[in-house]
Amino acid sequence: MNQDKPISFTSRKAKDKTAYILVWIFSFLAMVPLFFILWDVVSKGYKNFNLRLFTEVTPSSVDALMARVNGDPIPGGILNGITGSLLIVGLAILLSIPLGLFIGIYLSDHKGKKFASTISYLTDLLQGMPSIVIGIIAYAWVVKPLGGYSALAGSVALAIMMLPMIVRSTEETMNMLPVAYKEAGLSLGSSYTNVVFKILLPSGFGGIFTGILLAISRVMGETAPLMLTALGASVVNWKVMEPTSAIPLLIWDFYNDPNLVDLIWSTSLLLLIVIFLLNWIAKIVARKWKV
Amino acid sequence: MKDKIFRFFLFVAALFVLVLSAAIVYALVSRSSEAFQEYGIWGFVSNAEWDPRSATEEYGALSFILGTLYTAFFALLLCVPFSLAVAMFNGVYFKGKKIAGVMRSVVDLLAGIPSIVYGLWGFYTVRPLVIDLGVNAQGFGVFLSSIVLAIMIIPYASSLSSEFLSMVPNNLKEGAYSLGATRLEVVQHISLPTAASGIVASFILALGRALGETMAVTMLIGNTNRIPTGLRDTGNTMASVIANQFGEADGLKLSALIAIGLLLFVITAIINLIAKLVMKKLSHA
Repeated sequence: MNQDKPISFTSRKAKDKTAYILVWIFSFLAMVPLFFILWDVVSKGYKNFNLRLFTEVTPSSVDALMARVNGDPIPGGILNGITGSLLIVGLAILLSIPLGLFIGIYLSDHKGKKFASTISYLTDLLQGMPSIVIGIIAYAWVVKPLGGYSALAGSVALAIMMLPMIVRSTEETMNMLPVAYKEAGLSLGSSYTNVVFKILLPSGFGGIFTGILLAISRVMGETAPLMLTALGASVVNWKVMEPTSAIPLLIWDFYNDPNLVDLIWSTSLLLLIVIFLLNWIAKIVARKWKV
Repeated sequence: MKDKIFRFFLFVAALFVLVLSAAIVYALVSRSSEAFQEYGIWGFVSNAEWDPRSATEEYGALSFILGTLYTAFFALLLCVPFSLAVAMFNGVYFKGKKIAGVMRSVVDLLAGIPSIVYGLWGFYTVRPLVIDLGVNAQGFGVFLSSIVLAIMIIPYASSLSSEFLSMVPNNLKEGAYSLGATRLEVVQHISLPTAASGIVASFILALGRALGETMAVTMLIGNTNRIPTGLRDTGNTMASVIANQFGEADGLKLSALIAIGLLLFVITAIINLIAKLVMKKLSHA
């Protein structure tokens, strides 16, 4: 602060005050969209948010149009999307969790070594990969060779997205555990395998589980990769090799079909509730089982 | 013995990341080779023509590359004041206070909203406002997508920045305060310069997010296959053209779309690498 003339104290005070107010205003403005989005989704979505949404499949465009003309509520729900999301995300969880845990444990055990740093860097690279590119990958690996769109292809895409997040949270949690845990276990003659499964993983449960929940909530709303892989279906499908719908895919369908537009907000409302619920549980778990 | 097997399993799992990455690059390269062989890499990248009609079939990526850069950089520009404000709110002005926790939760919620819901909100709520502003008749275009994109990347830019700001050592700040500096002067001369490379890295990472963002942009940019002439114009980004045209594509067109995916992958990888280098510089300083 090399000023020749001293700046008056009042002007410095005034600048300080202005900056403080600006930080408040801009921070507040950054929060505004959330409330607008929530208001939009809740106020437009609650009307069709009923039992039917959960028990019936998506109506055909023609049925929806007929109901519209007659002034009836839209005849159907999104059961096919709910079951599809469960199937696709569930399978992605099965594919990504064991692998993610193992990689995370390996990385925290070999911190600073060359191979581990390479793997760590590649994990970051995977995490930064646009979801649409991951969709292309799953298309090239699963859809093309197996000759058709399938829930499995969607799960592979989502699993690739979840993997780096689970690796990171496992690694970070393991790094936070006191080294004494591991050393005490080993010095008592316990095998490394036992130390990992009986001491490290249980003690790090909170952090790891939080990471998994956040990863699930992140892929729950993914649409782009599923468009290239799971495609969508208008019936409930539990077969992994068949095209399958998902909640976000249905939002996309409704967006493109003016007759089904009445379902768009209630579906979005359900999706937001699921995602926020997962985030909320993750927060509670993180607080309760703090490492 | 059991331990050896288990350790071997862990190693194989780690090795899997390497295999996965290699397989990803291989899949993208091999599936896009048809387009690159047809036009050459430079020919494909520098051609703005995208014409899927079978008689005059021709594919180039330039319109989408420029469309992506326009929207992402404009979104980054828009998000800077808000992200910085939130970062300073959480990391400096109200560091450790309850209200910073509230702000953080709000930002987390913003980050949790799926892209497609942002797209819906942009279509039904922001688009009419953009039309009222007189930007263009339909509202769709670079301007609308950038506004929504900016809101979407605020959480990424601000949460990492605020972490770096809050890591600025207290004794530095207290030193300045004891010399009679105001809070703004401490922020200006101590906090921001000390955390500078971390903040820059967070904004680079946010840019990476904006470059690859798909659904919201696809719903808002207007999807025209030409170079946007300005913020008011419609266009297409690399991600949005893939999302829009992948379904009905085959042959050369499919290969060209995957080639765009490969380019997008390379661009985001470079962006992430730069962010990483900037952060590394920070840890050495």
